[in-house]
Formats: sequence, C-alpha cells, structure tokens
Amino acid sequence: MANPAAKQDPLEARLAALSMPDCAGWAADARNGALGRLRAIGLPSKRDEYWKFTNPATLTQADAPGASLFKHEEPLPFAEVDRLHIVFVDGVFDAEASDDLAMEGIEIERLSDAQTRDIHWAKDLYGSLEADGQTPVDRPLAALNTAFASDGIVIRVSGQPTKPINFTYRHRDESSDVILHHVVKVEEGAKVTILENGPAAARFSKTMEVDVADNAEFHHVRTQGRDHERRAVTHMFARLGENSVFKSFTMTVNGVLTRNEAVIDIRGDNATAHIAGAAVGDKATGDFHHDDTVFITHDAVNCESRQVFKKVLRNGAEGVFQGKILVKPGAQKTDGYQLSQALLLDDDSSFQAKPELEIYADDVQCSHGSTTGAIDEEAHFYLRSRGVPADIATDLLVLAFLAESIDEIEDETLRADILDRLQAWLDRHRG
Amino acid sequence: MLDIKNLHVSLEEEDKQILKGVDLTVEAGKVHAIMGPNGSGKSTLSYVLSGRDGYEVTNGAASLKGEDLLDMEPEERAAAGLFLAFQYPVEIPGVGNMTFLRTAVNAQRKARGEEELSAADFLKEVRAKAKALKIDADMLKRPVNVGFSGGEKKRNEILQMAMLEPAMCILDETDSGLDVDAMKLVAEGVNALRDEGRGFLVITHYQRLLDHIKPDVVHIMANGRIVKTGGPELALEVEQNGYADILAEVA
Ligand SMILES: Nc1ncnc2c1ncn2[C@@H]1O[C@H](COP(=O)(O)OP(=O)(O)OP(=O)(O)O)[C@@H](O)[C@H]1O
Ligand SMILES: [Mg+2]
Repeated sequence: MANPAAKQDPLEARLAALSMPDCAGWAADARNGALGRLRAIGLPSKRDEYWKFTNPATLTQADAPGASLFKHEEPLPFAEVDRLHIVFVDGVFDAEASDDLAMEGIEIERLSDAQTRDIHWAKDLYGSLEADGQTPVDRPLAALNTAFASDGIVIRVSGQPTKPINFTYRHRDESSDVILHHVVKVEEGAKVTILENGPAAARFSKTMEVDVADNAEFHHVRTQGRDHERRAVTHMFARLGENSVFKSFTMTVNGVLTRNEAVIDIRGDNATAHIAGAAVGDKATGDFHHDDTVFITHDAVNCESRQVFKKVLRNGAEGVFQGKILVKPGAQKTDGYQLSQALLLDDDSSFQAKPELEIYADDVQCSHGSTTGAIDEEAHFYLRSRGVPADIATDLLVLAFLAESIDEIEDETLRADILDRLQAWLDRHRG
Repeated sequence: MLDIKNLHVSLEEEDKQILKGVDLTVEAGKVHAIMGPNGSGKSTLSYVLSGRDGYEVTNGAASLKGEDLLDMEPEERAAAGLFLAFQYPVEIPGVGNMTFLRTAVNAQRKARGEEELSAADFLKEVRAKAKALKIDADMLKRPVNVGFSGGEKKRNEILQMAMLEPAMCILDETDSGLDVDAMKLVAEGVNALRDEGRGFLVITHYQRLLDHIKPDVVHIMANGRIVKTGGPELALEVEQNGYADILAEVA
C-alpha cells in the first residue's frame, strides 16, 4: 500500500480501495453527504453494541475475501414467474440478459444513467432515507454504500404494473466486491412487487430505499443463496405513508456471513408493515452466520407492524436477531408484533437474539417473543411411527417450523417457489 | 403375528421397571383385548413395541411375523406392518394432515419396494375413507390433530390405520373421549379392516368398545404382567366387579 497512514486507519484503508463513480449535481451531493456521514461515524467494529453478535471485520476490510462458486443444476428462483428481469453479473448490469427497462405504469432506469440527469424523485430519495436511518443507530455500511454504489436501479411506480420486477444477481468472479444501491418510489395508490435473487458477489453491499406513498403498496420477496463463502450486508430503508402496505420476505440459504438490516419508518396513519425471513444454514457444507437486524419506528396512529423471523441451524451454524419496535409519542393504537425463533438441530448451533420494545404511547398493543428450540421429539416419533423415515420427519418439522414466516408471502406462486427452494435445500442437506 | 416373550422394560432416565415379563401372542385374524388398572403398563407396552425412545428392554423379545421388532427403527416397524393408534395423539402444527398421510403411505410403500400412490389415487382413497369416518374435508386440510377435539383425534388415528392397512393394529384406548356415535364409527372402521391376515390388540377400560369390536381373547394386565387370560366373558367380569377379585385370585 502506497500510503502508510492507510495501515493505521481501517476507514482510510477501505476508502483507498474505493472510488466514487463520476457524477455531477445531485448525485455527487448525495454521495459526498454520505461520505461525510461515514467519516463522522467510522467503520463498525465488533466492539460496537450493534455488532456484538456479528463480527463486521470481513465486511469492512479493504479487500473482499474470495468466495468460490457453487454450481448446481436447479433453475434459479422466479424462473417461472412472468417478470421484468434485470440481471447484474458481479454487480455489472447485463443488458443482454435483461429485459428492456420499460413497463406500463413505471419509470425505470439504471442509477448510473439517472445520476447524470436532474430526476427530481430520484434526487429526493437517493441517500435520504439512509441518512434518516442513521439515528438513533449508526449504520456506517449503509452510508458507505450510498457514497460508493457503482450502480443500481431507480424506479418510480405510478400505476400498477402487471409484472413483478426481478433483480437477479449473478456471481462469476471469485473475488468480486460489489456495491449496488436501488431506490423505489411508489406513488400514491400505486403498487409494485420487487423480487431479488442470486449470490451477487464474493462480497456484496446492497441498499434499497423505498418510499411508499399514501395508499400505495410495496411487496418484496428475496432469496439469498448458493455460494457458501459469499458475504453480504444489505439495508432496506422504507418510509410508509397513510394506508400504505409494505411487505418483505427474505429466504436465506448458505452464506458465510449475511447481515440484513431493515429500517422501517411508519409515518402515515393506518399503514401496515410486515417483514419476515426464513434462514437455513448447515455448517457441514460451509460456515454459516446469518444476522437479521430490524428497526421499526411507529410515528403514526393505528398502524400495524409484524416481524416474523425463523432460522433453522445445523452443525454449528449461527443465527442472530436484533429487532426493535419504537413507538413514538402519539403513535396510539399501534399493533406491533415481533417473533424471532430458531430451531437448532444439534447442540453445536447457536442463536442469539436481542428483541427490544421502546414505547412512548399508552394505547398500544405490542408483543415480542424469541425462542430457541429443538425438534419436538413427540411429533418426530409420531411421524416415524407412521412409517416416515427419521430424516424426512425432520424435514417436515423444519418446514412446519418455517411455515409462519413463509406464509407472510401473499402471492401463492411465489410462496410455492420459495417452498420448492427450501425443499431442494433440505434434500441436499439430508442426513 | 405378534409374539411377545418375557418382555422386561425399564425407563432409561430413572431406575424404574415397568414391564416385568410380558408374554403375549396375537395370531393373525384374531382380536385380543388388554384391560388392566391405570398405570399397569399397557401404554408402555404399546410404545415399546412401536419403538419410542426412553425405554430400555432388559430382557425378553418381541417379533412381528417372525421379524425381531426390537431391532428395528420405528419407521421400519411401521413398514413391517405395525400400527399404534395412540392413547394421546400428537398435535403437529404446520404439517398438513394430507401431506402427513401421503408422506406416510408412500414412505411405507417405498420401504416395501412397492410403487408410490399417485396424487389422484391417494386423494380418492383418503376421501372415501375419511367420509366413512365422518372426517370432513376441512379436517383433512388442517395441521395434524391441531385443534381437533378428543374424539376427532381418535377418528383421525383410525383414518391413518385405514390408509396404512397395517398387519398388526394396536389400539390404545381409542374409545376414550368418543361419544356413542363416534364409537360406532370407529368400531366399524376397525371391523372393516378385520381379516384373516390381520391381528388386533385393543387396549381398553370398557366393555362398551368390545360390544362393537368382539374380541377373541381378553388379557388382564397388572403391575407390568399379563396376569390372566380368558375369553370375552373376562371383560364382562371386569365391567361388573372391577379388578379386585381377579388381582386377589392371582396374587
Ligand atoms: N416416562 C416415564 N417416566 C416416569 N414414569 C413413567 C414413564 N412412562 C411410564 N411411567 C410409569 O409407568 C407406569 C405404566 O404407565 P402406562 O402409561 O404404561 O400405564 P397404562 O397401563 O397405560 O395406564 P392407563 O390405563 O392410565 O393409560 C405408570 O406408573 C407410569 O407412571
Ligand atoms: Mg395408557
């Protein structure tokens, strides 16, 4: 390294390995603003309270640790779904593999194109929900993402497009280090479904900022899978208007390190926010550490939020859940529900959870529960006594355990697709 | 069909002997009943035969059609033809009754080298059998036994038995919790399965069930042993006089 000082300072070392894309005007302002936030906060370290259960070292080091590719013959998720398909290969937009960026009811384009022009809605959104999301908890890796994202997709939905938009992130290069940033603005009364899948990169940083206006709906189904050695830190920042609906589900299989943060800010009355996840890890096929970190703020009346996170951990796999519901003064009639559960298939696996409620209104209903358990032996024996082999009985109980989170996916086809993925994973990891 | 010889069983967790030398043979085509005071070991016998964890066989043997049962995994025993209708059927949230039944039927077929039942054939069969037991479509769709009434759970056990067509059926207090009409349905379900190739071991406290399922042989179990064996009249005697006389007689 040319600069000896860089060795002293991890942030400088990280920054030295990054370059801000060429852009002018609003995008440069937003990126520089984010860089300022990052410099003020510094990179996360395992000494930070918010990173107590997940060591960010490999996410912050200058060079991405490599990740070998995991090849199998199964079709990719959502392959059967009629969708607008957008493909990134190691973070680089693949025009050939992608559909035309055009559909009735939406404006859609690449960030790298949008940032050169004065697009008011993208300008208002890019980096702004991320900036808001920096309080009360620092999220330096999100600021880094805003500052240095090489590309992404910006979408403005004004109607009700007939097809979901599907981002597929392919991973080809074993050392790819990718930063993408999407913004989605769902205008009043509009409705959109975003799908995401694919391992993306050896190290992947992804942020999505979603503004759901009054009476609008945003649906999101994501799979993170395959490559065992991949690392990812993702941020979902959402702002919800009156009567709006936000629903997000993530399935994660494999992955040496995944940290998914969701920051949901409920600003309009009568809004609904559901966020769910199903993660399965088996250390026998590679280290697995999965962290769901969620922060939901209720700042409006009569809103419902629901968190349902389930993890199945085997052979020493690790799961983390940090979830908070903050009910601000005046956010009466809040209905907040938070469930985080882990099913440990052996004594080597572990689950750490930090569920939190912080409530400043008096007429609210909030509940949270976190459990760690093993397979129900009574149920397991009952199944076996009917002739179901032990491993299949375990699989049935695993899927039963995950059901409550998978049921959060409203669309039947997507739900079936996710179930197929999980079944395939279980088939690969039997015994 | 089912041969139990000098079976001694203790609990794995604590030093407690529950079965103290059970001898019992159920021939193909026959219905045997076991009666006996609470805590005498009837359910333990049925669990040990079906392979539940937590018991240690310290002596004796049990075989089904000549095959050593105690050596097999629970699912192997099931595939070999053993079925236990549980005294307390287990609720399994999240596992659909239909999925469960189809998985079980096909797993057993596969284990026996038979072809799996097609989805359509399975559906047809399960619907017909459920109807006979007055189990409605809604119950079939629900998770296994979740929210079922006591009587519904017992009927669901008989439905599983009807679908799996086991060679040796053990019914542990299937009559408890059943209303009069449901008892008839269950008895009809059992009687429909009676044939020369199939054995039954019916554990019950009451003559009432045996009015409908006529036993060939009645055993009295007490303190971990079969203490008396007789014909159907033995059940009537218990019904009228309780166990005191019988226990005094064998003491
Ligand atoms: N896991 C266990 N731990 C402790 N004691 C047990 C266990 N299983 C069985 N026992 C004891 O073994 C004895 C026999 O129980 P079992 O359930 O076999 O009786 P049963 O004849 O079926 O009674 P009932 O007619 O009430 O159903 C009882 O004293 C019971 O408490
Ligand atoms: Mg009993």
